Amino acid sequence: MNIADAVVQGILVGGLYALFAAGLSLIFGVMRLVNIAHGDFIVLAAYVAMVVIEASGMNPFAALIVVVPLMAALGYVIQRFILNRTLGEDLLPPILVTFGLAVIIQNGLLTLFSTDTRRLSAGPIETANLSLGGITVGVLPLITFASAVGLILLLEVGFFRSRLGRAFRATSDDAETARAIGVNTRHIFALAMALSFAVIAIAGVLLAVRSNFDPFSGPARLIYGFEAVIIGGLGNLWGTLAGGVVIGVAQSLGAQISPAFQTLAGHLVFFAVLAIRPRGLFPRMD
Amino acid sequence: MADPILSVSGLSSGYGDFQALFDVSLTVPEKSVLGLVGANGAGKSTLFKAVMGLLPRARDMVTFRGQPIGDVHPERMAQMGIVMVPEGRRLFRSLSVEENLRLARDHGRAGDWTPERVYELFPILGEKRRQPATALSGGQQQMVAIGRALVANPAVILFDEISLGLAPIVVNDVYAALPPIVDSGISAVVVEQDVDRVLKLAQTLVCLSEGKVALSGPTESFTKAQLTAAYFGE
Repeated sequence: MNIADAVVQGILVGGLYALFAAGLSLIFGVMRLVNIAHGDFIVLAAYVAMVVIEASGMNPFAALIVVVPLMAALGYVIQRFILNRTLGEDLLPPILVTFGLAVIIQNGLLTLFSTDTRRLSAGPIETANLSLGGITVGVLPLITFASAVGLILLLEVGFFRSRLGRAFRATSDDAETARAIGVNTRHIFALAMALSFAVIAIAGVLLAVRSNFDPFSGPARLIYGFEAVIIGGLGNLWGTLAGGVVIGVAQSLGAQISPAFQTLAGHLVFFAVLAIRPRGLFPRMD
Repeated sequence: MADPILSVSGLSSGYGDFQALFDVSLTVPEKSVLGLVGANGAGKSTLFKAVMGLLPRARDMVTFRGQPIGDVHPERMAQMGIVMVPEGRRLFRSLSVEENLRLARDHGRAGDWTPERVYELFPILGEKRRQPATALSGGQQQMVAIGRALVANPAVILFDEISLGLAPIVVNDVYAALPPIVDSGISAVVVEQDVDRVLKLAQTLVCLSEGKVALSGPTESFTKAQLTAAYFGE
């Protein structure tokens, strides 16, 4: 694989990392909540998709019709009845509660599904390729990247052009004043989490089609998500996509040096960005 | 005197263990202006926050058109017809002028006050509607804050120190907008450090001192000496 190939493959993988990160970025932006269980919810979505597929025989992409609303509803309920109670000036309570949720999810999945690794089969599309200007790219990575771009575009348009988006931004700016002018911030926070979980559902299914997963696959997804958010800059969804791409390209180029260097290369680039630009490449929030 | 639209009765409230208000009572007659004065720390802003439900209060401590509303959540107050223009304006910095107004319109009551009508009242805002609200001058931001309250089509507006930090000439412009607002049928409670300005505008005056009502009644019933003594807690 030459350098150009490696960069293109890295960009496409970056789309998946951006999907891991978009939900994190969204909820931190709206309510300053750091969801330590984010990666575990991605894995939970993969298991939910697996159960839906086993029960219905659906293709993984078709299963999204069921998995996305199910996960969104779960997100709404978790925020409305658990996490809203932890919000306040102190960032620690939601971190502790979501850490607890992560432990519960991991052990719940372990009990239900054992430690066996799983993977969702999407059929021939998994191995399909396209030749673009002499570079061969997989159709599935291309779909993943296009999904990330499309989702971030949708979220941005929704954020800046819709009534709900106005309420999200106002609540993010000043929740107390938003309440005083009639915004039900508890409902807005729950809707933001539902949206985040809808993205989690898509990320979970694409992860499960691309690679193996088990009940303990979540924390690594969380780390990639955090790194993408921080590299891109807090509060900037396009920045999050850029952050995902930076990690993907770093890993891909690192793998050219040595397969063992692949994962480490991504983390090293993260630390380099943190050292040089602590607020990320394209920050929108303080 | 007209029937009260908003009444506060025996209100005690504060921040956690710190009690800032002690047994405060006042009545806002329909379609009138109540001036609320007092030194810094007297409890004026705290009273507004407690009325809005942003600080603790008991059910019977606040009544609106005769109905107890002390257990109503803050986000329901705009729908009921009570809104606040907060101290320091507190505009949403990621929203444009127009978006600040539309947000309040989305969550307020239906009525005649629209963003377009606000632009008629404050023409400069119409010219700057697409700009970030917090990029405007202090006086223009105050106009946005007042407009944001108006588009919720309230029955009562609580104005908290709308002259704070503004140049005197700008304060005149902002205060010039209040009579037409009251003439449109909206009652107002105005917190203001400049007592002379309040005396010109309000029919009723309440002076708070150290969280308690030191003076209360029709504006014309007080002498300057009485007001000064109450203001400084003498």
